[in-house]
Amino acid sequence: MSDSHAVAEAGHAEHHGPEYLRHHFVSMDQQTETVSFGMWLFLLTEIMFFGGLFTAYLIYRNWYYPAFVAASHTLDIKLGAFNTLLLITSSFTMAMGVWCSETKKKTGLILSLVATLILGLGFLGIKTIEYSEKFEKHHVPGTTFDIKGFVHPSAEALAGGEKALAPDMAAKTEVYFSLYFAMTGMHAVHMIIGIALLCGMLWKATRGGYMNGHIAFVENFGLYWHFVDIVWIFLFPLLYLISRH
Amino acid sequence: MSDGHANTAGHEEEHEHHIVSPMVYFIIFITLLVGTALTIGASYVDLGPWNPVLAIAIACAKATIVVLYFMHIKYSSKLMKLTVGAGVFTFLILVGMSLSDYISRAWGQW
Repeated sequence: MSDSHAVAEAGHAEHHGPEYLRHHFVSMDQQTETVSFGMWLFLLTEIMFFGGLFTAYLIYRNWYYPAFVAASHTLDIKLGAFNTLLLITSSFTMAMGVWCSETKKKTGLILSLVATLILGLGFLGIKTIEYSEKFEKHHVPGTTFDIKGFVHPSAEALAGGEKALAPDMAAKTEVYFSLYFAMTGMHAVHMIIGIALLCGMLWKATRGGYMNGHIAFVENFGLYWHFVDIVWIFLFPLLYLISRH
Repeated sequence: MSDGHANTAGHEEEHEHHIVSPMVYFIIFITLLVGTALTIGASYVDLGPWNPVLAIAIACAKATIVVLYFMHIKYSSKLMKLTVGAGVFTFLILVGMSLSDYISRAWGQW
């Protein structure tokens, strides 16, 4: 309804608002709204993408339930919980970063970004420890994959309530680990991209960037980082927890 | 806007840029930590088929408050709320219908 106004306004030769207001937008409000609308559309496609993996996981878990339970027990719940703590904290520090850029606090923004960066790297470090353990135990899908531990569990595993699987069911643990690596791997790729963007943002922030009110990048990176956090909020219970009891 | 032009009338429902206070972020952060503790605790209780249901319910609650507060949707315009709502709705249809298809088929042994 205000289109005619928009056209009239855009036709003005003189420029209203700050220099980072693009000429095809009426106001900063409109520009900010448009940018975050686009970011949300992108995030929604990402939700659909991870949703496909989650659906595959739930269906296969339903089919090969004993294999998924046994394979899930090989994950270290403490490392997973610690990683959840790191990621939730990094979401909080990123939210604080957005606040610091909104209120033009340069030191606060730099500290928030550094904290987010360290927590993100910590998450990936722990993920590396978990992945290397998978290689040691031959739990990586492929030619080196070994179901021995599931067909003949160790004495202590049996004492801990673990049940031996028939070889054909034990073979299905490979499906679990395929999905485990696909889901945590895609999540880790998102983290790595996020960390690269964080480094760029930090470089700019230390040179006085984002202090003139033009904080679209910080805000939208914040949306991305929180989205990655949400994916982990679902991955952690599905992969580590629901077969635990 | 800078000259108080009448065109702002058409934009009245658009939000003022709302700055969420650190206190709100901190409360959400603590709530998320409590949610994580709850979901870990619940996983050690044997609830049979309800274990995954409870875990996913807690995860959905956590995701919702992240979207509302950390991602500012609570303070956003109706357009943004509707867009996110429509996206989540479509997502639930895709996942829900795929799952109901697999669960309701009598495919015998797998």
